[in-house]
Amino acid sequence: MSNDVESGADRSARSGKRPGMDGSFTDALVSSRRYFTKAVVSDDLRTLTRKGGRQADDFYRDRWSHDKVVRSTHGVNCTGSCSWKVYVKDGIITWETQQTDYPSVGPDSPEYEPRGCPRGAAFSWYTYSPTRVRYPYVRGVLLEMYREAKRQHDGDPVKAWAHVVDNPQRAKAYKSARGKGGLVRASWDETVEMVSAAHVHTIAKWGPDRVAGFSPIPAMSMVSHASGARFMNLIGGSMLSFYDWYADLPVASPQVFGDQTDVPESGDWWDAGYLIMWGSNVPVTRTPDAHWMTEARYRGQKVVAVAPDYADNVKFADEWLPAHPGTDGALAMAMGHVILREFYVERETPYFTDYTKRYTDLPFLVKVDVDGDGVHRPGKFLTAEDLAAHRDEENAAFKTVLVDATTDAPVVPNGALGHRFGASGEGLWNLDLGDVDPLLSLARDGAETVELELPRFDNPDGSAGSLRRGVPVRRVEGHLVTTVLDLMLAQYGVRRPGLPGQWPTGYEDAESPGTPAWQQRFTGVPWEAAARIGREFAQNAEESRGRSMIIMGAGTNHWFHSDTIYRTFLALTTLTGCQGVNGGGWAHYVGQEKVRPITGYNQVANALDWSRPPRNMIQTAYWYLHTDQFRYDQFGADTLSARTGEGQLAGKSTADVIAQSARLGWSPSYPTFDKNPLEITEDAAAAGRSVSDHIVSGLKDGSLSFACEDPDAPENFPRILSIWRANLLGSSSKGNEYFLKHLLGTDSSVRATETPESLRPRDITWHEKAPEGKLDLLMTLDFRQTSTTIFSDVVFPAATWYEKHDLNTTDMHPFVHSFNPAIAPPWQTRTDWDTWRAIAEKFSELAGPRLGTRRDVVAVPLMHDTPDAMATPHGAVKDWKPGPGQEPQCEPVPGLTMPKLVEVERDYGAVSQKMNALGPLLDTLGATTKGVTFEVGKEIDYLRAKNGPVRGGVADGRPSLVRDVHVCEAILALSGTTNGHLAVQGFKQLEKRTGHLMHDLAAEHEGKQVTFADTQAAPVSVITSPEWSGSESGGRRYSPFTINVERLKPWHTLTGRQHFYLDHDWMTELGEGLPVFRPPLNMAALFSEPAIGDVAGPGGDAVEGLTVRYLTPHNKWSIHSEYQDNLFMLSLSRGGQNIWMSDRDAAKVGVQDNDWIEAVNRNGVVVARAIVSHRMPEGTVYMHHAQDRLIDVPLAETSGKRGGIHNSLTRLLVKPTHLIGGYAQLTWAFNYIGPTGNQRDEVTVIRRRSQDVEY
Amino acid sequence: MRVMAQMAMVMNLDKCIGCHTCSVTCKQAWTNRTGTEYVWFNNVETRPGQGYPRTYEDQEQWKGGWELNKRGRLKLRAGGRFKKLATIFSNPKMPSIQDYYEPWTYDYSTLTDAPAQEHTPVARPQSLLTGKNMKVEWSSNWDDNLGGSAATAKHDPMLAKIADKVRMEFEETFMFYLPRICEHCLNPSCAASCPSGAIYKRSEDGIVLVDQDRCRGWRMCVSGCPYKKVYFNHKTGKAEKCTFCFPRIEVGLPTVCAETCVGRLRYIGLILYDADAVLEAASVPDDHDLYEAQRALLLDPNDSEVVRAAERDGIPHDWIEAAQRSPIHALINVFKVALPLHPEYRTMPMVWYIPPLSPVVDVVKDTGYDAEDRTNLFAAIDALRIPIEYLAELFTAGDVAVVDKVLKKLAAMRCYMRDINMGREPDASIPAAVDMSEEEMYDMYRLLAIAKYDERY
Repeated sequence: MSNDVESGADRSARSGKRPGMDGSFTDALVSSRRYFTKAVVSDDLRTLTRKGGRQADDFYRDRWSHDKVVRSTHGVNCTGSCSWKVYVKDGIITWETQQTDYPSVGPDSPEYEPRGCPRGAAFSWYTYSPTRVRYPYVRGVLLEMYREAKRQHDGDPVKAWAHVVDNPQRAKAYKSARGKGGLVRASWDETVEMVSAAHVHTIAKWGPDRVAGFSPIPAMSMVSHASGARFMNLIGGSMLSFYDWYADLPVASPQVFGDQTDVPESGDWWDAGYLIMWGSNVPVTRTPDAHWMTEARYRGQKVVAVAPDYADNVKFADEWLPAHPGTDGALAMAMGHVILREFYVERETPYFTDYTKRYTDLPFLVKVDVDGDGVHRPGKFLTAEDLAAHRDEENAAFKTVLVDATTDAPVVPNGALGHRFGASGEGLWNLDLGDVDPLLSLARDGAETVELELPRFDNPDGSAGSLRRGVPVRRVEGHLVTTVLDLMLAQYGVRRPGLPGQWPTGYEDAESPGTPAWQQRFTGVPWEAAARIGREFAQNAEESRGRSMIIMGAGTNHWFHSDTIYRTFLALTTLTGCQGVNGGGWAHYVGQEKVRPITGYNQVANALDWSRPPRNMIQTAYWYLHTDQFRYDQFGADTLSARTGEGQLAGKSTADVIAQSARLGWSPSYPTFDKNPLEITEDAAAAGRSVSDHIVSGLKDGSLSFACEDPDAPENFPRILSIWRANLLGSSSKGNEYFLKHLLGTDSSVRATETPESLRPRDITWHEKAPEGKLDLLMTLDFRQTSTTIFSDVVFPAATWYEKHDLNTTDMHPFVHSFNPAIAPPWQTRTDWDTWRAIAEKFSELAGPRLGTRRDVVAVPLMHDTPDAMATPHGAVKDWKPGPGQEPQCEPVPGLTMPKLVEVERDYGAVSQKMNALGPLLDTLGATTKGVTFEVGKEIDYLRAKNGPVRGGVADGRPSLVRDVHVCEAILALSGTTNGHLAVQGFKQLEKRTGHLMHDLAAEHEGKQVTFADTQAAPVSVITSPEWSGSESGGRRYSPFTINVERLKPWHTLTGRQHFYLDHDWMTELGEGLPVFRPPLNMAALFSEPAIGDVAGPGGDAVEGLTVRYLTPHNKWSIHSEYQDNLFMLSLSRGGQNIWMSDRDAAKVGVQDNDWIEAVNRNGVVVARAIVSHRMPEGTVYMHHAQDRLIDVPLAETSGKRGGIHNSLTRLLVKPTHLIGGYAQLTWAFNYIGPTGNQRDEVTVIRRRSQDVEY
Repeated sequence: MRVMAQMAMVMNLDKCIGCHTCSVTCKQAWTNRTGTEYVWFNNVETRPGQGYPRTYEDQEQWKGGWELNKRGRLKLRAGGRFKKLATIFSNPKMPSIQDYYEPWTYDYSTLTDAPAQEHTPVARPQSLLTGKNMKVEWSSNWDDNLGGSAATAKHDPMLAKIADKVRMEFEETFMFYLPRICEHCLNPSCAASCPSGAIYKRSEDGIVLVDQDRCRGWRMCVSGCPYKKVYFNHKTGKAEKCTFCFPRIEVGLPTVCAETCVGRLRYIGLILYDADAVLEAASVPDDHDLYEAQRALLLDPNDSEVVRAAERDGIPHDWIEAAQRSPIHALINVFKVALPLHPEYRTMPMVWYIPPLSPVVDVVKDTGYDAEDRTNLFAAIDALRIPIEYLAELFTAGDVAVVDKVLKKLAAMRCYMRDINMGREPDASIPAAVDMSEEEMYDMYRLLAIAKYDERY
């Protein structure tokens, strides 16, 4: 017992007073209580204690009691992947608490328990809430017309559907009623029949690729995602991408790593010695993982927060760098400047140079081009093609070159893309340098130098500029070359003696791009702090050998130019040797993209067991065209070009660039042609030509066109959109008002005017009047009412996450775990799997006699991780379709200069049978992930036994997929991460190509087969597999690229290393060959929006409205739109839509806390209440993402209509370089690369509105 | 000496992420029912901020807790117990429902049922008290993350005391979170306020409960509790409060709020205290002595004399062992990093807090925390964003020195562990500078950072 304080008794003895209570009268009164109670009154009469016999408190004991506890989780795109206990009493779900039984991380580390957040804890509210969708609903006006039409057509559902939708008046009647109430209950049978009829009619009349499905993020519930996806892929519909659409895809990842995204689990934060949280509000967006950060601080980790506001995570940081929104690239460049100067030039840092020589493109040679005016610029990578001794080697144009410091001669090291494919590269696709010591820089005494023109974008008006800085060069077989490191030093403004050009005078030089003082002009971060943090980051990495980490989030990833921001971040982690090291590197957490059992999932969802390839589509381009947002873009694609560019985008609009990307086979494009693909194959047969020849000649003679060249022609409309596990219209629909107007044909608040004639697309047909109501059928599966269900023609009642079986994974932890039904689906709800099976059954019944077996032709883009990546040598763009007054640059050749054209047989009567069983293609073609093909014959046999075979029909004897549990078993059995046998097999295959031992990584688990029952018992750790780049072997924490670093396995890039430099024509055109700072888009210049800070009204009134930057970060009280309508979350927040603004801005326009305000720009209007706080920076407002429009949103004064959602103020802006394909790591794969649906560069006018609101 | 056992909690505010999961799981489990719509046994407050109910800490207004009378004797601030009995029918010191918040719901069903109409259907807020449409103007957590700071934070009673130290400007923003449950006080003023004798302290574990049979709904407990953690159930007409999840505690499970805390910041454990000394400790004249007085009240469970006395007083052997393993004992009395919430209320609260560190205000000055510069580390405590005076108003009745020492221990732990983390020789002078041994510092690190389930509870 501690004795360092005087006891109360001592003190009272000294003071002469006896401690006691009030006074003697009260004492007497209270002590009398002793006689009336069984409780014990303390001797000092102070308190009452009692023991035993407490029937009075039985209420609480009863309330705690329950009949069973069921493990499940939440299928929501939050990356949490938390395992929960769902409590059930008397058949009713009562509440949930977190499971705490994750496998241990080890004795010297915190654990993953508990995982969860307040949103997840409130989920059970939905089960019985009044917003639950309990029955199928159809819009009344549509249902009545359909019933009437059916009566007129002898009960033929397909004719009835056609009768309604093909009549303009009838179609308009129900389309214009969308979103305005009037949903009526219908039976399952009738609803399924109508929906099936719609599909049959649409396929027959318009083509299967006019049908689309949107369901995102398979990782959050793989079977539920696969349900509709499998149906879509069996009928030939398109599945829309999500990772790029959500702008969660960091395009810098394919650019730099050749990988979609691969990041450390949160447990690896613990291993870092230095942690920067950059635009990632960890406590809000990684709630279950935040503790790793708070705890790692106690281990001596330094933590830095970069955030424009005093965000929730800032309180944990040792330092806060409040960079202005969207300027992060400047800050990171300045930190890179310090690192390059202090750790590369002023002294050599052995760890860094050893790392970058082996694992990055820094030593590789780049040709220096000179134009007619004698101006030098960085050009293409020097390749084996340029060296006489190597010119004739296989894939020579895809083998890059460096100088060996020992021999001072150029060498072609192993591991380039050219080694990855072809017989000659077998055993050589590795990072083994042998005796070669790569030379990082060509600088030496007397070295030749040239002055390069380099791009800059830091002009105050947003226009492009350039500057001159020199590099050392030499000549290799006639080519003037330098190294990527030399280019980086010039780009970052790191001066070296003897080099010509404009260089900074020091860190305090604010004029020269790259310096700490220069960044301060844009970010507001003091230059000393930027320099110090950059230095510390590198010092820590040097001492700890790569344990410096950056957690980067949506705050930096959702910008138009996020790829440039991210490349400046990745430069920091790569220059300091942190990638592929536990505790180091990038930690990008935006979206729950990691399906750990990816191979099995892919087979089932894409129906690769029955037919290949699927029609997977880039969603951003899809909606940019199909919601007619392209009609409102008033600037050319070349607006973004650098001064140093060569005019590749000159005269083109964004829509032109999309069309070009489609016809060159870079990106997918569905609907593909202006004709039903089922008819194209028939036409080809009738003409006696192969389908491929028929299409190519049709494209050349103009009898056939790409649909994307005329998106407003009725034959090119998307006709059916099915949405499940998503809320497009309340959450992700950037340009929401354009969706309502053009896609749905209902009321909207679009305020923009269409593009004047002189600025319209060149290659796109312009219709004078834009169509409204393109879509014939919008159907949604959901368990709650959302904007999407409210606007849907058909709503199916879905089972919740506590009412079905499924699987769930994330990149935040290395476990697979399960959903399980705590109760059976109540009312008339069904699981997604059962709903789509029901639709497939009815569809097959209707389609069999009407559609029969048909030949479809799928236009497939050039694919990443295949030899297609070598379609475009040097990234030199050649187009077979010339612009006005131009000559074709090449012939259209499927698979080389245009999409591959693959015929697929579709037996429309057998879709249901195929849906319900694992098909035979797996037996012969295997299952391929990232270039590794797994043979799965044993697994098929296992599944046939485990799930049982189906009997009869086309799938006779095949493993059953009838039940959701069957699908879970198939996913687990067909993936290396959950089947050790496959992991070992895949690594052995990879060993042949790399020539290096790898299968030992999985050998410890070769006999382990994770079953669904295992995942029901507890979360299960995954197995190291070639499906991913990191290793969990021996129980280590997952960090990406550790296999690359430790086993010398190349990255899936041109050089096989991590890329600082990108030499594709369009990257050069945009001035983004190297990391560069590009500020947020200038909306005043592009769209004539007022400038930020303007205080003016429509009539010039000085205090009417304030123009501010409009950001939509993630919400503390919801996960996207999920939970924002949940009563618990609403009670803990402000009960409806709101916008945060700074007290300084609020004062300018007379706004008080909780006042009703309106935010207005050209795209639409939002009504919300203001939250005024000094934690917000001046000039920026936050409207937290996806508050939806269903809760307490009044009518807008501006429009007289219901106030909008956060995306009512945004619109799609497509960056041309995201459409690059067919070249090395810039080759397309689904959700791997594609234009992002970014939304951060927007501005809006905020004004106080009348406080009398109407609903 | 009369040894009693007390189930107690420590929350490490330095780890609290303000997520409110504890509030939701508690509400779902316990107060998700008619009559308790507005009741959150567990809530989380952003500080600075008014708290729930608003300004509950302003005892000039609410008169909760105890004070010393002129003779140095402890009396309820709301008046002697005689006065309370005399004014039983008229209690002006009750927070109104508006001080908590007017609970509401929405007409959600209109989203499904709305007939064909001109506009998109919308669910409007409706009062759960009146059933009428309303504008939401306050909630259980209205000022979360400094929301409405200009309008609301100035009413924070703690901030008012140090108004000269704080500017509510962007550049100087600070905040932290304060999760609160019932304090299960050793000297509960709610129990003392109850005219019916319905509030009692469980003799075996000190959990304070309301006897639902005996409660007559006088609501004197609501006034008497300075933390405003006793609530009135409008349906049953009885008082209700946090039960420390006794049905779970009894079967060896931690409370719901603790087990579901994803920040892993809650610790639960038994402590032993001398029940005979409580009144003395609660009566020390100087508010600044209350922290040490309460600490002194907690007995050393490893002291053989204490063990003998505990056994004599009927405390089971395994409970004594539990007290010896208790993380609460370690955090309060071994490492001395946990502090009581508002000791000046003299209720001897048993939910304690480790105060939060926070980033330094000015990133430019050389006081900025440099990961490698340990002299700066201690200087940086003075430059933290959260004014140390604010923390002292919460945890030490304004005694800044105690809070300063705790923060320095946390900073020293980080500094000491950084050497180990980076593979360097650990530096014994660092723990010595805060009066700790290297072993103690490492043990504290394990308890605060690694914090395995078995060690938290």
